[in-house]
Amino acid sequence: MAATTVVEEPAMQAAKPLRAAVPQMVIAALIVGVVVAAGISLTAGASNASAFAVAMHWTGLAPADAILPRDLLIIEAIRLPRVVLGLLVGAALAVSGAVMQGIFRNPLADPGLAGVSAGAGLGAAAMIVLGGSLALPLTGAFGYAALPVAAFGGGLFTTIVLYSLSTRLGRTSIATMLLAGIALGALSGAATGLLVYMADDKQLRDLTFWGMGSLGGATWQKIATLAVVVTASFCALPFMSRGLNALALGEAAAWHMGISVERLKRTAIVIVAAMTGASVAVSGGIGFVGIVVPHVLRLAIGPDHRVLLPASALLGGALLVLADAVARTVAAPAELPIGIVTALAGAPFFLWLLLRRRSILDL
Amino acid sequence: MRRFARAFSIWVAACVMGVFVSAPAMAAEVKASRIVAIGGSVTEIVYALGEEGRLVGRDSTSVYPPEALKLPDTGYIRALSPEGVLSLNPDLILMLDGAGPPPALDALKAAGVPIVTIPEGFDHKAIVNKIDAVGAALGVQEKSKALAAKVDAALGKAVALSATKDRKSRVLFVLSPREGRLMAGGGHTQADGIITMAGAENVFSGVEGYKPISDEAVIAAAPDVILMMTGAGDHAASDDEVLALPAIAETPAGKANRIVRMDGMYLLGFGPRTADAIVALHEALYSNRKPGE
Repeated sequence: MAATTVVEEPAMQAAKPLRAAVPQMVIAALIVGVVVAAGISLTAGASNASAFAVAMHWTGLAPADAILPRDLLIIEAIRLPRVVLGLLVGAALAVSGAVMQGIFRNPLADPGLAGVSAGAGLGAAAMIVLGGSLALPLTGAFGYAALPVAAFGGGLFTTIVLYSLSTRLGRTSIATMLLAGIALGALSGAATGLLVYMADDKQLRDLTFWGMGSLGGATWQKIATLAVVVTASFCALPFMSRGLNALALGEAAAWHMGISVERLKRTAIVIVAAMTGASVAVSGGIGFVGIVVPHVLRLAIGPDHRVLLPASALLGGALLVLADAVARTVAAPAELPIGIVTALAGAPFFLWLLLRRRSILDL
Repeated sequence: MRRFARAFSIWVAACVMGVFVSAPAMAAEVKASRIVAIGGSVTEIVYALGEEGRLVGRDSTSVYPPEALKLPDTGYIRALSPEGVLSLNPDLILMLDGAGPPPALDALKAAGVPIVTIPEGFDHKAIVNKIDAVGAALGVQEKSKALAAKVDAALGKAVALSATKDRKSRVLFVLSPREGRLMAGGGHTQADGIITMAGAENVFSGVEGYKPISDEAVIAAAPDVILMMTGAGDHAASDDEVLALPAIAETPAGKANRIVRMDGMYLLGFGPRTADAIVALHEALYSNRKPGE
């Protein structure tokens, strides 16, 4: 539990002289990283459509007929939305992870702890399995959007239940929330299991693929929805950083430092639930980003949330976009689920980092 | 200008209608030459029609004939990648009903590639319909009529031949014996369809789809024969392992060591080879030897 607290003090003292210069450099490097990742992802794909040619076409540097309509469509309607969606989802998941680890003061915390992932999974499973019959009015009203709507609704619902379970007299107990989250997760898991049992073989396949995540269904409509949620949540971050830093010393210490702890927890839970719910709704279950990205950054730049949160957003976005580029090209013309790529690449790297810096994490 | 706009919109509407309503007819005029076939039985039918030269891609369920494996694989039928399919530059996509996901199909439609959906079904008539639909989409109705007639006759003969036994063999189709928890084929599945056509009885036809079945239910169902697929993945448990499972050892099939294995696509594909599969399955179910002995 106390891991972050232990990290805090020596790291702060040791790094103090560097603090002024390092964060700006890290942020600048990450911005370059995001641009490079987006560039690579736009250029890479199953087809030979050239992002460069399309860019020339956009800027009017090339004659209008120099580009095939097919290539234009592949870049504009398939790759570009995926890159933008990847940036948003990666940023949302990584920041949610960083916030959760800060609030729970636990290095193992991830967005799933707020109950969002399990609830979203249940919502998605319900839509995949029952969507054809029971939920007809819903599928009728939303079309393909019914699945993301159901996933978001499921995520929101579990978070509300979890929050009300762990809040008494206006005080939210983080320990209760952690344990109730595990119980609710098990409950959602059981309900999902029941749906899996009812599913036919095609629905089973859909469920499996959904669970592994994909940016495949990227449309500008989904991006717009997610962008609203992410932008609104990000606006709250600057106001939370100081509170999260203080919280690392314990709730009482933070309160004495003048932090409104209850309000901080409430805000954190709301934005994590909204961002994770929306991300999971549009891209399925993409694991590992929320855990790995904040930890990698903590090891690199220390635990100061004022830098950690924006850096997590940038690194999360860049990594997810790169992972998607791999997912799209490795098995071309087929496509790997992106969750496989993030876990395959992320887990060994994270282990390597842990082993090298074991002493610092004090695990 | 306005008249032009109107003419243009009518033309666009006609094109859109063409794609949805009479795609086969349109394809017949243009004669698509770069076709992506999605669905194992669709690919098989294209080969059976001798039109494989026009194929440029397939999905991962298209594994027969073996030459088809050389075609680029666009992934699982329900998890297609739009850019992957478009990278093959198709001018026609033949798609078994149920292919997806829907956003991928939207992207393919937006790219203007004609998509023809081939109806899926697990009985005699469905196979003939599939052949007709593929033939129409390829613009080779002459050949497909001949193939459909041939397959129709073969199926009729196979089913009639199989229906002669006075006591129907009771068959349990095991999709996978995962750690002893049997995944069995219930009603409205390919397995149910082929077992019925082979003149036998599916012991779990009352259960919908492929379902995990409890050991007791298996014992109570008392199957005479266990039917499984040969080959890949977690279907790879050996005959002895399957027959030794507590649930199965107690059944008539377990006591008599009666297990039949057939290639998955051959058995469950519902394509041009199904008539042969029915005959082979019927013989295997009602003979006293194991197939291949």
